[in-house]
Amino acid sequence: MTEGMDRIAIDVGQVLQRTVTSLYSNLVTRPTGRAVRMAIETRLQDAGERSISLIDLSEVVILDFSCADEVVARLLERSHESPTHEAFFVFRGVHEPHRDQIQTVLERRGLAAVAETRKDVFELLGQRSPAELRAWGLLEQRGLITTDEVDSLEDADDRAGLVRLVERRLAFRSPHTDRIHALSQLAKHLL
Amino acid sequence: MAQLDESRTLFDARHLRWADPNGMVGLLVAGVVAGKKQGTLPRLEPPESADVTGYLSRMAFFEAARGVFDCDPPARRPPARDSDVLLEITPITANADVHEVIDRVQSKAGSILTSKLGYPATAVVQFSVILSEVCQNIIEHAEAPGWVAAQSYNWARRLGRNVVVISVMDVGRGFRGSLGDEHSARYGDRWGDTTALEAAFLHGLTRFPDSGRGQGIQQIRRQVRRWDGAITIRSGTARIGQVPEWDDQPPLSDGLEPFPGAQISIVLPAKAGE
Repeated sequence: MTEGMDRIAIDVGQVLQRTVTSLYSNLVTRPTGRAVRMAIETRLQDAGERSISLIDLSEVVILDFSCADEVVARLLERSHESPTHEAFFVFRGVHEPHRDQIQTVLERRGLAAVAETRKDVFELLGQRSPAELRAWGLLEQRGLITTDEVDSLEDADDRAGLVRLVERRLAFRSPHTDRIHALSQLAKHLL
Repeated sequence: MAQLDESRTLFDARHLRWADPNGMVGLLVAGVVAGKKQGTLPRLEPPESADVTGYLSRMAFFEAARGVFDCDPPARRPPARDSDVLLEITPITANADVHEVIDRVQSKAGSILTSKLGYPATAVVQFSVILSEVCQNIIEHAEAPGWVAAQSYNWARRLGRNVVVISVMDVGRGFRGSLGDEHSARYGDRWGDTTALEAAFLHGLTRFPDSGRGQGIQQIRRQVRRWDGAITIRSGTARIGQVPEWDDQPPLSDGLEPFPGAQISIVLPAKAGE
């Protein structure tokens, strides 16, 4: 555990085969996406009050919009509704064939997510303001930002951007140290 | 088409010279409608041309026609050969059918999209996503069975290029029926087949209140536009489309013969210069 955070790695390809049927190799149709999302949510129920999950899409060949909506956007949206569990997510294996679907469903619901789009390359996908994007880029570059460093940022928009990232669970502020962590760093040992 | 007796229709295809996926799937829809109306299976006389019958067999038309027509299919299916059939006529009644379509189409779609249309190898993913979304449209909105088929052609005279044609039809309640409960009130007297198609096709409305729904058709349109393709949807008495420069169809037509359910037709052309 780091910062009192449970770390969970979920291979969506495996969940698909175990949850729906071993005959299906592609993540298509809404009922399939819903079943996979619910299986992931069941895994998260066992976590403590705070968790970071690496949702790995590397083994998924075809991801349609319905499944992207369920497995990425709805998963995020529903996790934000939980009053007892604070869940953070990093999506892995969001390669070019999946990117458009994920970007679209996130924007449609007004969400954003941290995704590994190439090996060791992370991006902030979905709906984000220029200030959030700048702040996220800075955080991603540094790995973590201390309170003093936040205060020393000259641009008020950048400071506000960082606050918004924390509020949207696109960055993690430690309740112990007040430092703000990049999710990619927190998920590093799961990669 | 003729009336065999007071209660039975004959679909006479003996002189049929050619059929594309829209024609074959449309014939199945017409057969279902006639059968429902008369309470008995209509009769289908298969084409006399061995070429046409062979093609219909390769497209699995006669398998799909079982239970739709009273028909004597050819004695045996011609041996499988390398053809331009991308996806045989496949009934869509459940989500499992969509999975089967997507699994089945992978290998062939890859080779046809690259060799015939000149698309990059990765296009097979977007093509599969399109197929998945149009097939799901049947299950989620029609609440009735439907079919999907895809085929590549050389549109030498019309376009001077190869194309892939995807045809999806169902005998469900159509777009007006699907959207009516949720959206008809706000349109008032203007509500009809045309406004229902505009609502779904242009504005992404669905019968589901969830904001995440209704992306399928919008995203299909976007991808088809990227490939300079055409997409049309016909339902009830209206048809709406996204028409590229090479196509001379009007983007919107009304007052057509009523079409039960919905028909989605997609044409993907080869890249210019291929």
